[in-house]
Amino acid sequence: MTAAGAELTLRHPVERFTLDNGLRVVLAPDRSVPVVAVSVFYDVGMRNEPEGRTGFAHLFEHLMFQGSAHVPKMEHARLVQAAGGTFNGSTHQDYTNYYEVLPAEGLERALFLEADRMATPAITEENLRNQIDVVKEEIRVNVLNRPYGAFPWLQLPQVAFESFANTHDGYGSFVDLESSTVEDATDFFSRYYAPGNAVLAIGGDLDVAETHRLVQRWFGSVAGRPVPPIPPTGEPWPTSVRSTVVEDRLAPAPAVALGWRVPDPVGELDRYLGTVLLAEMLSEGDASRLERRLVHQDRIAIAQSSYVGLFGDPFDVRDATLLTTQVHHPAAVSTEQVLTAVHEEVARIATDGVGADELRRVQARIEAQLLRQADSVLGRTLAIAAAELVHDRAELAGELAARLATVTSDQVQAAARDLDPGTAAVLELRATGGRA
Amino acid sequence: MSAPVLDLSLVPPLGEPRINPVPTAHETTLANGLHVVVVPRPGVPLIELRLRVPFAAPTSRGAAVHTARASVLSGAVLLGTATHDQTAIAELLQGYGAELSVSSDPDRLLFATTLLADGLEPVLGILAELLTGASYPADEVEGERERVAERIAIARSQPGVIARAALSARRYGSHPYGIELPDPELVRDVRAPALRRLHGERVVPAGSSLVLVGDLDPRAATAAVTEALDGWTATGHAVEAPPAPELAAPGIELVDRPGAVQSNIRLGGPAPSRTAPDLAALRLANMVFGGYFSSRLVENIRERRGYTYSPRSSVDHQAAGASFVVEADVATEVTGPALLEIWYELGRMALTRVTEAELDGARRYVLGTMALSTATHAGLASTLSALVGADLPPVWLVDHQRALATVTLDEVQEAAHRYLAVPALTTVVVGDAERVTPALEALGPVVVGQGIGQ
Repeated sequence: MTAAGAELTLRHPVERFTLDNGLRVVLAPDRSVPVVAVSVFYDVGMRNEPEGRTGFAHLFEHLMFQGSAHVPKMEHARLVQAAGGTFNGSTHQDYTNYYEVLPAEGLERALFLEADRMATPAITEENLRNQIDVVKEEIRVNVLNRPYGAFPWLQLPQVAFESFANTHDGYGSFVDLESSTVEDATDFFSRYYAPGNAVLAIGGDLDVAETHRLVQRWFGSVAGRPVPPIPPTGEPWPTSVRSTVVEDRLAPAPAVALGWRVPDPVGELDRYLGTVLLAEMLSEGDASRLERRLVHQDRIAIAQSSYVGLFGDPFDVRDATLLTTQVHHPAAVSTEQVLTAVHEEVARIATDGVGADELRRVQARIEAQLLRQADSVLGRTLAIAAAELVHDRAELAGELAARLATVTSDQVQAAARDLDPGTAAVLELRATGGRA
Repeated sequence: MSAPVLDLSLVPPLGEPRINPVPTAHETTLANGLHVVVVPRPGVPLIELRLRVPFAAPTSRGAAVHTARASVLSGAVLLGTATHDQTAIAELLQGYGAELSVSSDPDRLLFATTLLADGLEPVLGILAELLTGASYPADEVEGERERVAERIAIARSQPGVIARAALSARRYGSHPYGIELPDPELVRDVRAPALRRLHGERVVPAGSSLVLVGDLDPRAATAAVTEALDGWTATGHAVEAPPAPELAAPGIELVDRPGAVQSNIRLGGPAPSRTAPDLAALRLANMVFGGYFSSRLVENIRERRGYTYSPRSSVDHQAAGASFVVEADVATEVTGPALLEIWYELGRMALTRVTEAELDGARRYVLGTMALSTATHAGLASTLSALVGADLPPVWLVDHQRALATVTLDEVQEAAHRYLAVPALTTVVVGDAERVTPALEALGPVVVGQGIGQ
């Protein structure tokens, strides 16, 4: 364990308790800056959506900002922002989160707002229709009206996986979104937004005893409901190459993404940490294997990146997930050239392992990145909440730097062997947009 | 459920908005002219480093070539020195958790990294080696400029980039700020000797500033900077951009993007500088109009009408002129109505007073989020680098908070009247001309713009 890792673990002790209604509460006090972050993570994400309701988890996230029993429309934002705070929410594969970060005196205000919508969000026809329109504009901005909009996060899972949970479009089809009803929303809320299906994490400038009292005061009266079982989202490992070609009429240059199945992030955490380190070694910075080979040595790539987890956070997903390598390359370079070079670089690690120096450098870089995330009250509160929800252990967030610092060359080599060219999912993006 | 009614007795009251103190900054100017600002801060064992080098195009005539060279130089400066090649430099930095990013904009070159606290001396050593000995190897420069040209082509296919470029060009004309992205053909003409010359003339300590924030001892850190960067003796002047004009072209410029399912609406005009007396009032007027979620613009075209996902307005500072900018990406079929609502909300700001509650909310938000944005090593380092680069002392942050705390309704009204009135703003729309022209022509004269790269 490095000194910094030890310090991080010690500086953010975690207190936890559970309310009678089942709400799990995690407190991470740190009074070095007068800022507090409040977050609620519900154990429902894109992977829980039923067929015919693609995009519903995300649409519902929007509805949670439309007011609640004691909070008219627009007032949620005003109450947080007029306290000098910011707020947001986001929908992930396995959970949906909501947060406020604000000056410490605003803590109780944030607890009131989260408790009020946990009890009774304002699900009305008018709000639903309005937010369907807003979500459609969000999808147009991020996907339909821009080049590479779905690449690779909406397109690669369709190639890499089999089940509906893992392959469907988490942003949603316009047909599914437009046919959503108030009844769908109230059913979804009733099933998935029970207090027992949520984690409340509070970090920053707080007094533990006082915060415990405030949490009990505001959340204690939210009625408990049955909690649905967590559906298994794992799949058998692939045994063959799967390839698909998509055309992008807005893109000026081609791209390719490879996705390899990786170990279960929860059930096989130690093995998975080797994969996380491998992704860094492959692609982070000018010293990384793929940057050197593809960009600087062979000059067959414009940009490359590798990451674990659909949105690039390896610690916020359950099984099944991928290590993704994506490469933007000039039109004059063939997909085959890129794939060959990537597979060769992975094979070098699988065959030769990695030297102690390189391993230590990559670990130093990961440590700095984790520390940087932890420097922000919000960053570490979200990490703690995700660790509690996904791994059932909030403490893991503070231990990751130390855990990654103990990953060995053998573990990285084993992770590279998992990236078998014979089981990769390949998504080729052809640019049909022409050039300037 | 019945309609929600806010019972304010449920919501715990807030105290008076606070002026947040600024951590003590230890400032030194080295013999070579480099301005050094060191701020110790509790928190994680990291240091954030920002080196800002003024890098404006000296004249409009040379701006296109300068911008192209700057875009290649910012990557090529890392390609090697007499003693280390690119990989060796990256590996040395990586060992201390660092990864140096170098970026250019119309005002400056910025070297930035985070690093583990025990790596300050070696990382400064590598930085010094790059500043005094970047070699710009010809073959590697060729590879870099090809990549930069390809990346620019990709950037130019993004509608948000097309819109921003069109707005800058329409506002600033031939002034260097009119160039949002360099021309890929000029980028492909950049050669190593030109970069070496540009580095020698412009990467100079006089006028540059180095900011270090984090887990450090100010005396030891300042001594380490002096030791490492003493040998950076290149002489020359910092060059700032010439004063920016505001062409204020009337009517709507439409950049055609056939088949677009959205239109990107952009309006921009002048705003007060960081030292102008009406900056605080304009910043608050901006918030009430569209600067945050609780604003009139968001309530109108997102939460009432569903025209758009993320409408916003902002106040941005560049060395030679500040801007008030409005942005909204809206469904193609509501392009005309959306621009009408934006103009309506601007007109309402310009002509009628905001409410006491609106001003109070905006004030508390700006003060609170200033505190949040400087509550990390990285946030404070970036904020201080921008201030110091504008020749302002760190205590400006306190002075500005005091100004925000005392702005009156009348002052907000005056600032809005001056800066948010539609005739003060330049309007650009990127979208499917065939589908949006008739609606836009109902609002004002439409001129067809060239756009870039499409």
